[in-house]
Amino acid sequence: MKVGIPSEIFPNELRVAATPKTVKRLLKQGFEVQIQKGAGVKANFSDKEFEEAGAKIVATAADIYGKSDIVLKVKEPSMEEVDMMKEGLVTLSYLWPAQNPDLLKKLADKKVNAIAMDGIPRISRAQKMDVLSSMANIAGYRAVIEGSFHFGRFLNGQITAAGKVEPAKVLVIGAGVAGLASIGAANSLGAIVRAFDTRKEVAEQIESMGATFLTVEIEEDGATSSGYSKEMSKEFIEAEMKLFLEQAKEVDIVITTAQIPGKPAPKLWMDYHVDAMKPGSVVVDLAAATGGNCMYTKNGEVYTTPSGVTIVGKLNQLPNQASQLYGNNLCHLLDDMGKAEKWKIDMEDAVVSRAMVTYNGKINWPPAPLPVSPTAGGKPKVVPPTEAETKATNEAAAKKATTSMVITLAVVGGLLFLVGKFAPSEFIQHFTVFVLSIFVGWQLITNVAHALHTPLMAVTNAISGIIVVGGLLQTTGDIKNPVTIIAVVVILIVSINIVGGFFVTHRMLKMFKK
Amino acid sequence: MIEIAKEIQTAAYLFASILFILSLGGLASQESAKRGVIYGIVGMIVAIIATVLGQGVEGHVYIIGAIAVASLIGIMVARKVEMTSMPQLVAILHSFVGLAAVLVGFGSYLDPETQALTGAAHMIHLVEVFIGIFIGAITFTGSIVAWGKLDGKIPSKPWAFKGLQAMNLILLIACTVLGVLFCKAHGTEGMLPLLIMTGIASYIGVVLVMAIGGGDMPVVVSMLNSYSGWAASAAGFMLGNDLLIVTGALVGSSGAILSMHMCHAMNRSFFAVIFANATASSSQGGEKKAIEGEVTALNHDEVATLLKEAKSVVIVPGYGMAVAKAQYPIYEMVQTLRKAGKNVRFAIHPVAGRLPGHMNVLLAEANVPYDIVLEMDEINEDMPETDVVMVIGANDVVNPSAQDDPASSIYGMPVIEVWKAEKVIIMKRSMSAGYSGEDNPLFYKPNSEMLYGDAKVSVEKLMSFLKN
Repeated sequence: MKVGIPSEIFPNELRVAATPKTVKRLLKQGFEVQIQKGAGVKANFSDKEFEEAGAKIVATAADIYGKSDIVLKVKEPSMEEVDMMKEGLVTLSYLWPAQNPDLLKKLADKKVNAIAMDGIPRISRAQKMDVLSSMANIAGYRAVIEGSFHFGRFLNGQITAAGKVEPAKVLVIGAGVAGLASIGAANSLGAIVRAFDTRKEVAEQIESMGATFLTVEIEEDGATSSGYSKEMSKEFIEAEMKLFLEQAKEVDIVITTAQIPGKPAPKLWMDYHVDAMKPGSVVVDLAAATGGNCMYTKNGEVYTTPSGVTIVGKLNQLPNQASQLYGNNLCHLLDDMGKAEKWKIDMEDAVVSRAMVTYNGKINWPPAPLPVSPTAGGKPKVVPPTEAETKATNEAAAKKATTSMVITLAVVGGLLFLVGKFAPSEFIQHFTVFVLSIFVGWQLITNVAHALHTPLMAVTNAISGIIVVGGLLQTTGDIKNPVTIIAVVVILIVSINIVGGFFVTHRMLKMFKK
Repeated sequence: MIEIAKEIQTAAYLFASILFILSLGGLASQESAKRGVIYGIVGMIVAIIATVLGQGVEGHVYIIGAIAVASLIGIMVARKVEMTSMPQLVAILHSFVGLAAVLVGFGSYLDPETQALTGAAHMIHLVEVFIGIFIGAITFTGSIVAWGKLDGKIPSKPWAFKGLQAMNLILLIACTVLGVLFCKAHGTEGMLPLLIMTGIASYIGVVLVMAIGGGDMPVVVSMLNSYSGWAASAAGFMLGNDLLIVTGALVGSSGAILSMHMCHAMNRSFFAVIFANATASSSQGGEKKAIEGEVTALNHDEVATLLKEAKSVVIVPGYGMAVAKAQYPIYEMVQTLRKAGKNVRFAIHPVAGRLPGHMNVLLAEANVPYDIVLEMDEINEDMPETDVVMVIGANDVVNPSAQDDPASSIYGMPVIEVWKAEKVIIMKRSMSAGYSGEDNPLFYKPNSEMLYGDAKVSVEKLMSFLKN
């Protein structure tokens, strides 16, 4: 099995689908690896490194597409690239099938089995191959770094001899992987971070990363079973826009990360939002590639609007690290598909069947919906009881407790009466002592520190050796008397218990120290 | 020999009782625990001396001889025992008390003074003897089985069959019938029913503990502790000795409440555990949840790097730590990490190990200060802010099925929510299931990584990487 890695031809694409490290991994999986000359240069991987890792360097893309069984790629292939592909080739790359129907058709016509890495379902098992997450993490971090670069001020607040510096306010829209990474990065740089998401369930995650969760007054949850958010109702969007307008006047950096699968990115940051922002503010649009969340975004460009707001539609991809993570994601998928030895395209598999958008000349898209929700969507909603209900339950419980207490007391009283009626006085005395002791023991133990359970047990064990008294009382001077023999045996074994128990407790307690 | 008056003896008994109460009370906190043991020892000495010097006790030579020999054996055993095999020792010591109760019962029955009693007093005495032997025999055999299970001599899996409860009930009825026969018999003719009953009770003790799974062992040990107390109390009734009654009742009720605490910690019904239908009661049936995800493993170097980068580390030890005796290297590692300014703490589940507080004892043995050893409830809320959790030889106590899979046999048991931390390292010998036999979805979570190998060896390897 030959795995080929071509150079990326798209001008702004710096990443490469394999790194020297992942090449080693691929070789371990049993594949032969060939890589196009200069494929890794933009990501700072030289041909020499690839060669040392064990890959074969080939001169042209045609060699890669024509002589490999599997091709690893980052960007979706161009029409020219598809022309070079041989029949039955398996490709792993971004495809954006919803946006590229023509490409899909062409791949199917060529009988190329194309796997869309962006189509990997977002279920726990597939997390290790989820390129959207791994790339989003990088983008989210980078959005803060570049945003603050263009912003040109401290992010953290400082009080210095030269005066007070206000902390910057960062608004993150969309709390997916990228959004959360942005929140974390901005927070650790000292900015005041706010975040908005239509999915209520992420509020906790947002807060855990150190941001304030912004919300609108309308009750609507944007969560879907796919893990993405759905498009919201008109009322909701109106309220959202109003909220954004208020925020626009305050915040310094806006990072938008909202994407809807298979559709252009929703427009969330309108022209009037940008115009309301202070001069010098920055909008970083992570959805620029799919049309942008901001009305002003120009994909692949950074520019300043007449009102002095910088719009960032292009991010440095950290190609070296991104290639490594992307390459690892691909390796995991190949691992899952049986490596070289047991290579199999299993269309029954939940991951492969959904990501394989063209198979044996047919278009296999859009995929069947996922059977299980990866989110908490399946959980029944718990309605908190009203005050009146709580009160009623409490009262009912109290009433029940009183009834059962009365019954218990009556039974206990009755039994004690019977004991008193029939038993001799000596027994009653012993019995009184017995019952009171039980209560004392009960009260004593209720507050024992957990750590002391074992020593406590060892001590009670030693103390239960008090049964030795029984043996002592039964001993007589006549050793031939069976009662005496029994008694001596009792004394013997119980004394082991007493001495051993106390000693071992002592040993244990000696070890406890603060 | 000097003989003391009955009144003085009673006063001494009262003194001993007070000392025992103070002893148990002292064990409630770390600060007073050592004092508690002293109280207990003094109480025991007072009790023995007062008894021996009392009226009607003869054969002092034999008594002193027996005590001397026993003390030697006791000290030797207690000195030699390793902290990891503490549970076994406690269990076997319980069996001694059980056996003693049986023997005292027989002795009391054979005692001519008993035979001289008449009427209601005689009847009550016989009932006391019967009950005392019954409890004693159950304690005796039950403790031996518990010892075998803890020591690995008997498989720890619950051993039960259909109709176990019904059979126990029939046996109980049979014992009652034997009891009636025994009480009606003249002289020592009741010996036969008494012996048969002892046999049956011994058998009940065996099946009761056999039917309990390894995970419930701490409760069982504590319960047997309670039984041994009741046995002592029963002996007290037979002999008309208040000291025995008081002390037995103290031990009995404290053991019982300790067991209840533990059942509460596991969210199990107390009765379900002691009557051994444990597995049946907690599982609510239904399809088991399929486990999603994959197990990924790291090597020692990678784990050491994670630890170096972490700010907050929590260690969750379990029985595996005890088996590997890893507490010393673990604490050494903890000291290294703490010196590097990291917040390292231990999280102890109430039923971790095979004995309540087992982990605390082991950590204390390794000189771990107890203020960094936290209980489950104290640590759970800190989990989301924790960078790395190291699960060392624990399994069921960190199983998320307890919270989200109603079909799991441990559903409803509170667990340490390690999966909420950034990263979970699970140190384990293999992929086998925990004591409950439940598979653990934790291992398949994306943020958890396995580190295979013996806990001690692994920790030592980690140390070598951490030092570099």
